[in-house]
Amino acid sequence: MDQTMELGFALKNAWLILALPFFSFLIVGLFIRPLSKRAAGIVATLAIFLTACFAYRLAYEYFFTLPGALEGIHKAFVPWSVEWLRYQENMVVSLGILTDPISVMLMVVVTTVSSLVHLYSTGYLHGEDGYGRYFTYLNLFTFSMLGLVTAPNIVQMFVCWELVGASSFLLIGYYYDRPSAVAAAKKAFIVTRFADLGFLIGMLILGFFGFQFFGELPASVTQGLQPFDFMFLTHPEVGAKFLAQGGSFLGISLVTLSMILIYMGAAGKSAMFPLHIWLPDAMEGPTPVSALIHAATMVVAGVYLVARMFPVFAVSGDALLVVAYVGAFTCLFAALIGCTQDDIKRVLAFSTLSQLGYMMFALGVSSFENPLGYTASMFHLFTHAFFKALLFLGAGSVIHAVHSNSIWDMGGLRKKMPVTHVTFLIATLAISGIFPLSGFFSKDEILSAALESGHTNIFVVGLVVAGMTAFYMSRVYFVTFWGKHRTEGAHHAHESPPVMLIPLIILAVFSIFSGFIPFAHFVSLPSPHGGEGAAHGGIDLAVALPSTAVALLGIGLAAFFYSGDTSRIEALSKSLGVIYTTIKNKFYIDEVYLFVTHKIIFRFIAAPIAWFDRNVVDGGVNLSAWGTRKAGSGLSRTQTGQVQTYGSWFVSGVLGILLVLWILSFERH
Amino acid sequence: MGLVSWLVLLPFLTTVAVVLTPASKSRNIRWVAALGTGAHLLLTAFVTWKYWQAASPDFPSMKTALATKLYLVERMPWFESMGIQYFVGLDGISMAMIILTSIIIFTGVMASWNVEVRTKEFFALLLTLVTGVFGVFVSFDLFLFFVFYELAVLPMYLLIGVWGTGPKEYSAMKLTLMLMVGSAFILVGILALYHVSGTHSFDLITLGQATYDSDFQRWVFPMLFVGFGVLGALYPFHTWSPDGHASAPTAVSMLHAGVLMKLGGYGALRIAVYLLPQGAQYWGLFFMAVTTINILYGSFGAITQKDLKYFTAYSSVSHCGFVLFGVAALNMMSFKGAIIQMFSHGIMTGLFFGLIGMVYGRTHTRIIPEMGGLAKVMPWLATCFYIAGLASLGLPGFSGFVAESSVFLGGFFGNPWHDITAMRILTLLATCSVVVTAVYVLRGLAKVFAGPITDAHFEHLTDATLTERISTGMLVATLAVVGLMPGTLINLIESSVYPLVNRLHAIGGKF
Repeated sequence: MDQTMELGFALKNAWLILALPFFSFLIVGLFIRPLSKRAAGIVATLAIFLTACFAYRLAYEYFFTLPGALEGIHKAFVPWSVEWLRYQENMVVSLGILTDPISVMLMVVVTTVSSLVHLYSTGYLHGEDGYGRYFTYLNLFTFSMLGLVTAPNIVQMFVCWELVGASSFLLIGYYYDRPSAVAAAKKAFIVTRFADLGFLIGMLILGFFGFQFFGELPASVTQGLQPFDFMFLTHPEVGAKFLAQGGSFLGISLVTLSMILIYMGAAGKSAMFPLHIWLPDAMEGPTPVSALIHAATMVVAGVYLVARMFPVFAVSGDALLVVAYVGAFTCLFAALIGCTQDDIKRVLAFSTLSQLGYMMFALGVSSFENPLGYTASMFHLFTHAFFKALLFLGAGSVIHAVHSNSIWDMGGLRKKMPVTHVTFLIATLAISGIFPLSGFFSKDEILSAALESGHTNIFVVGLVVAGMTAFYMSRVYFVTFWGKHRTEGAHHAHESPPVMLIPLIILAVFSIFSGFIPFAHFVSLPSPHGGEGAAHGGIDLAVALPSTAVALLGIGLAAFFYSGDTSRIEALSKSLGVIYTTIKNKFYIDEVYLFVTHKIIFRFIAAPIAWFDRNVVDGGVNLSAWGTRKAGSGLSRTQTGQVQTYGSWFVSGVLGILLVLWILSFERH
Repeated sequence: MGLVSWLVLLPFLTTVAVVLTPASKSRNIRWVAALGTGAHLLLTAFVTWKYWQAASPDFPSMKTALATKLYLVERMPWFESMGIQYFVGLDGISMAMIILTSIIIFTGVMASWNVEVRTKEFFALLLTLVTGVFGVFVSFDLFLFFVFYELAVLPMYLLIGVWGTGPKEYSAMKLTLMLMVGSAFILVGILALYHVSGTHSFDLITLGQATYDSDFQRWVFPMLFVGFGVLGALYPFHTWSPDGHASAPTAVSMLHAGVLMKLGGYGALRIAVYLLPQGAQYWGLFFMAVTTINILYGSFGAITQKDLKYFTAYSSVSHCGFVLFGVAALNMMSFKGAIIQMFSHGIMTGLFFGLIGMVYGRTHTRIIPEMGGLAKVMPWLATCFYIAGLASLGLPGFSGFVAESSVFLGGFFGNPWHDITAMRILTLLATCSVVVTAVYVLRGLAKVFAGPITDAHFEHLTDATLTERISTGMLVATLAVVGLMPGTLINLIESSVYPLVNRLHAIGGKF
């Protein structure tokens, strides 16, 4: 950035976006929480609202006041950074803030959803023991997530990546006396940790080559940067170096290998198949947590990482293909399971998986020649955050009223909970992609990106899943809000308090209107040769008509099967038999994992090592001690105290020496 | 009498004061120990400031230095005929270790507040031990170094044998004998250096100016490395550690795992690598392979442990493996990582063993499957335990991440003397431990603290007392400070790491 440029208040003090939630976390956690739980909730919530205001101000300055901004040119720059970790010279990691279109967009999303979830939680968790602890964790999460989206280098990204993982772990396990919640927290952490191993190794490879190229490239490229900085790694010159580097491992070029490893981390966080198993279980956490972390923000970190590293992914076309196909597969796979689940939060969880699949494959199909997918992915991330958070918070409101997660314990809540009902309906229509709600615009853009890039198979998957999405979401909607009250809980349900309804209404407004934002104007793939890529927005009727048709079909089918009498669907699922049970049991993937970890790793690696250590290695130590003792006691027998014995030993010794000397004297001659 | 001597003298004087306090007043004894070690913390802070003042102007010039530069040096002849001197001073690495030790001993005394059996002897021995440790970290005369080294190892026998639990005599004997075998190697190595250098001196700096032919380096280096490695839990000489820690009383475990095991890595770096760079270049890859076994073997070994102390001991075997791995990888980042890992693991393990002692004092069991739901009755201890656990699995924000990421980068970047592919494969194997660590740490924590309370008498247990809160709070804060502001530690040690690396390049050669 030019020194001469006038930055506004927010950009000049960009560090506040991290400092506000961080200090709020510290102050609430250390000082306020022990004093008063209520105060802890209030302070934590206010701090995040303040952060949100700051983020809006920053977004306004970034998108509207910078030179060129109004023409749609948004440059990336680092308004604030300090040295954090000095590995060695030219290997310095800074703590800083990178502002570019996607990071600023995510700052807005994270702070908006987070502040609404904070507000909602003050009602949802009212009167619980862990109230103060909950808000401390929530603040920690918000800080870490903001650190992640603003990271100017891959190490800060990794650091915050782990921190969001840890806060997610703490929040899933919030009800720590509930064994299922504890197990889910553990599972989430370990699965994502396994994925992060890939991220870590990818980072080592990138760090090594980054460092090497850093020394070779001219100062015009490296000026003011460090090898780990995104602005360095994504520089076209570095990409060219990567290609020229050659070298391969198992026939995979190094850049592909490192990007696939990085993608492994992204797939873990964004719960792509086969690392998705933690996300459905993570629903054990309080519902507002699911809305914030496991729907709107943390799980999109993987998508964000791929977008952030896109220029490097683009260097390796193969890595992008992996992204595209894994995304498309997860998209379909999760939607299938979503059609069969009974727990309202699990349906939403699988729907999140499926939508993340959309975002991933949208990135996977895009390229510098065809940059629409990049914009579309970010657009869908943006709209999805609002309508999915709304769905979760609506589900939370229903669960709060009915005291059950199963949709079959609900029913007929339309009249009892009018605000929840209407907002949930809006979100359902939005995710189903019905015009003019936000999901329609973003999903269509993804589909047209897939079609334009020539990945027709992926386009077909996307289209089919669009119908399935409409079907399973409408299924939840009809079973929950229509028909008769199925249980006492549903009968006595009443509308939630205003602190919970206000966030619902605000999110509903976002879900309706956020599709009209001319997104491509703000976020588009920066072309490698400076300037902005030419992504176009707008509605493509060739895509919009079929996708709307399948969505309506899905809703119609759901209405037919679920709006009143459910005997038809029972008959259908019975006739499907094994196929239905397999899908309902999530294709038994959890069981496979359990088998591998418990039966193979614990029993055939860990237990034998422990045995080996105690019996062989330590046995060796004890054996040498035993041998020493035996040798000692054996030798001590020679100490008889009898002069005769000593005398005979002496004489035989002398004779022995003489014998040896005699023999040696022969050899000398 | 200079400042550095006071670092050693103060714990010694505290020992004397403890001995002079009447044995019947155990409360007074504790207070004397607490005041003495508390004063030591202040002294350490002052010395650190003095060191910083003296050393920081030299930082830029250290980038090319071939000899480590010492500050606040005191030097006196001792046995002049043999060239033995009283030679103490500080460089960045020893400064960091002094800070670590000072924190651990203070918190260890706080955590031993309820030792009632032979209180006087307990604290006297504990303080004697720590006198030795401080002595090791400040001596730059190898003879003096060895005297202090032995002083640090021997009281352990009595401390475990008298105040321990379980098969304490066996554990104490095993620990002492194994460490003695290590000492024997070290002694032979030191004497060999003394004779071959022809300098008639035990002074580390003088010895560092002498030249040693490569055959000599090739056989003395492994001797020193293994000798120190025994104390640093080098595979397969680590088995004293699980038994020893399991039997030792709380403060002794804290001090032993927290500080004493660091003498191993410290000695290997300071003496073996510093004096014998060619030996290091010859053996580096071999020891990287051995320590990779350490790292993985320790973490897999921890998964199935039932006793919390065995669990932590195996985890220490794994974590100490990172220290020696970093030392063996021979480059700037790996050395830095090794030193930070010494500091980080010291604090973290001190915290772990302190907490285990506190929990054991309440539940009277250390068997993991017998516990459950303790977070409800002891939230403070549970929180600290979770923090220690997260730190030990390398969560960023705590010091472990800084250390491990440096070691990984160092191993992956390689050095000019070893096959880079082999180094990378070993490094990648070592990185796998971060997942295994997460598995055993979270499983253990979840069983002990989460879930419903499993035993009715757990319902009435109390949370941490004031001294326990001071102790654990300090350790947690240290972990976080280094983790959030790694620059504090890095600035301290960096200038003293350069000479180690520069020597490797200047004196090195390819075999």
